[in-house]
Amino acid sequence: MITSTRQQLAGLFRTFLEYESVVDQSTSLAAYECDGLSAYRQTPLMVVLPKTIEEVQKIVIICADRNIPIVSRGAGTSLSGGALPHAEGIVLSLSKMNRILNIDDNAQSITVEPGIRNLAVSEAVKHLGLYYAPDPSSQIACSIGGNVAENAGGVHCLKYGLTLHNVLSVTIVTASGELLVLDQQSLQSQGYDLLALVIGSEGMLGIVVEVILKLLPIPQCARVILAVFDDVEKAGNSVASIISGGIIPAGIEMMDNPAIRAAESFVNAGYPIDSAAILICELDGTEAEVESQISKVDRILKDSGAIDTRLAKDDAERHLFWSGRKAAFPAVGRLSPDYYCIDGTIPRKALGAVLTEINRLSEEYELRIANVFHAGDGNLHPLILYDANDEGAFAKTEALGSRILQLCIHHGGTITGEHGVGVEKLGEMCVQFSDIERHQFHAIRSAFDPTNIMNPGKAIPTLARCAEFNAMHVHNGELPHPELDRF
Amino acid sequence: MAIQIQEVSIPQVNLEEDLQSQIEAVSANGTPVKITGGNTKSFYGHVVNALEINVSGHSGIIDYDPAELVITLRAGCKLKDVELLLAEKGQMLGFEPPCFGEEATIGGIVASGLTGPRRAFSGAIRDFILGVKLLNGRGEIVNFGGRVIKNVAGFDVSRLMVGALGTLGILLEVSIRVIPKFEAETTLSFEHADAQTHIDWINQKRRFPYPISASVWYQGRTKIRLSGSQQGLYSACEDLGGDNKIDNDDTWSKLKEQTHPFFGPVKSLARVSVPSVEVNFLPAEPQLIEWGGAQRWIETPQENLGQLRQQVESHRGTVCAYQGYDGHAEIFHRPTDGILALHRNLKSSFDPAGIFNPGRMYAGL
Repeated sequence: MITSTRQQLAGLFRTFLEYESVVDQSTSLAAYECDGLSAYRQTPLMVVLPKTIEEVQKIVIICADRNIPIVSRGAGTSLSGGALPHAEGIVLSLSKMNRILNIDDNAQSITVEPGIRNLAVSEAVKHLGLYYAPDPSSQIACSIGGNVAENAGGVHCLKYGLTLHNVLSVTIVTASGELLVLDQQSLQSQGYDLLALVIGSEGMLGIVVEVILKLLPIPQCARVILAVFDDVEKAGNSVASIISGGIIPAGIEMMDNPAIRAAESFVNAGYPIDSAAILICELDGTEAEVESQISKVDRILKDSGAIDTRLAKDDAERHLFWSGRKAAFPAVGRLSPDYYCIDGTIPRKALGAVLTEINRLSEEYELRIANVFHAGDGNLHPLILYDANDEGAFAKTEALGSRILQLCIHHGGTITGEHGVGVEKLGEMCVQFSDIERHQFHAIRSAFDPTNIMNPGKAIPTLARCAEFNAMHVHNGELPHPELDRF
Repeated sequence: MAIQIQEVSIPQVNLEEDLQSQIEAVSANGTPVKITGGNTKSFYGHVVNALEINVSGHSGIIDYDPAELVITLRAGCKLKDVELLLAEKGQMLGFEPPCFGEEATIGGIVASGLTGPRRAFSGAIRDFILGVKLLNGRGEIVNFGGRVIKNVAGFDVSRLMVGALGTLGILLEVSIRVIPKFEAETTLSFEHADAQTHIDWINQKRRFPYPISASVWYQGRTKIRLSGSQQGLYSACEDLGGDNKIDNDDTWSKLKEQTHPFFGPVKSLARVSVPSVEVNFLPAEPQLIEWGGAQRWIETPQENLGQLRQQVESHRGTVCAYQGYDGHAEIFHRPTDGILALHRNLKSSFDPAGIFNPGRMYAGL
């Protein structure tokens, strides 16, 4: 059945796509069976790699007529399984649509196809003194289309915003094959803000085929301070003091002791391995602005109990200070055969309580955890260390991850700050949102895609899925079905 | 003499249940309602003749911790009180919303989506809103987004509420990101005889990281506002020059509140929104230009609106018949059919019986 559908469909696609742009051999399909969350795998029916918007439209119309699910895919770096294939569906890879279409120096904007890599954008405009601000840690590989789908952030988003704040226009192909331009280059939206709705919609409202990005002037100067703490909570409080002191750092990152040790043995950044936490705080702007802020921040850090502060003396040392943070994930990866990255966000004031509870959970589940933290915006990335070869280890790790995310909800936060829900956090969506709220999400999706062919099964759980999840979990301290007797 | 600083007091009144039962009653029989707050922005959009539901009494601070840079409020809070409260803590709303009157509410600010002179330089409400509590057309209370800066769980319903003019539901609470107040502000003035010179000049200056936070061109003169640290402003002023440096210039508050003489009450004013670098394609019309060139106010009679819209479309923009037109003028620029169809689908997903502010934005919506 699948073989005949596959052959028929491949034939149809090859009437307008080049032969090799339709991947239907199982050996080649293996490369697409997972994204950055490799614990989830699924072979798709086939993969198509269009080169033009018209080709995307034709593919969508063919799929819509036959009710075939479409999973769009950029660089496949999602950490939540957002690009996990559907067994009966196609993967629409945008990797061949990776051109720069226009650079408007005067308007400080760039028009790109969705498959272009994030970092390639900044590289292409560097000679003009401009750059693209959002810098997710995968920026060397991840695509702009994927960034739009996930509303990607990065270490600089406290000051410069998320993808949402840096996108001027998105062109999508809808589930019916229609081309829609959602444009705010004029800064005044009229009607509903569909651009904001589509950004972060995880490929469920349409396929991103063209994007206009806002570019910023490269800051004149950037300085970094590294602060050392003997207590995690003091470090967290110092972030609050900097921000309430009127300073918005370009980036402010925190690492706990296990993360510091891992990073230091990996890159030798000079981190103090006995400290409880370090903060890396970057300030940027004009020379005058940065000079005035550096001394203020240094004073606040010391007043908040930092046992040492170090100002990077030059760009080389600034990069060194950052190198450990940027290499934190692979560094932790060396401590253990596998690690699992969690992505919850909490109000900063809850940091102490949340870290204490994470440590307790780590003991309960007998799994080590290293914490890296986008401290400025409350986005935690606990990295759970495990060995996938041990039977049941991944299930146990997932269960611990789920507990951490529910802890974030309990403290007024959210289950995902920047990685998206994908397939990974469908269960926790049942905790964060009520049936009515999830019903509204489904209704929004139907407004764009009534037949449910765009990335079905992702991001918004069904009622059945939540019934199953809630049967196993306690919601906000209440047992499910309190009306039932328990024995 | 010591100056007495008066503590801001914001009434704490929760009308949630009352509003919910009102909506349950009208949604059952499909009675259309007109949602109002302080009634300061009722001019913005078509007239709605329906049963009035006023939200201005639903007031109070739900949560405000200055160190989190987030405030959560009931929608009926008065904007002026909120601004005073934030100022006491050295903070402000980053999008400089217009009040147009003492009674303006936070809910009205979000629903209208109107933004002040800072728009082009630090963003609009959609860039700052983090979460909403909403009463939908079925009388259900739902929460979307949250109180944290980074949050990608579920579709971004909070931002969809900005500028929706109350057509999707009644805002009960909103969470907004706030920013620290700037250490210093000053205004520089430059002579630019024609609008095109201004447009070229301001776009060129924006290529550099000057702390520009507002711009305007009117009657042959450009003004820019700089906001930042004392040192930052000092060096920017040195660099930019200008023929006059004005501290505490009231131009910006007059533009924000549209009490500037250009917004005279008898005029028919169109708001033309285009990418900031678009050439001045209306050289003969009296105009005032804000937002680095992106917002151009044009005095134009009603009979010319259709022609203006066609012309502006060819410059990638839209026209709002903002002020001084009669009830027959279409106020907002009509989107393409495909986009309008999505509007209808989204509207019915929140408000299946079509009870909220029918026709305020577009006929039939």
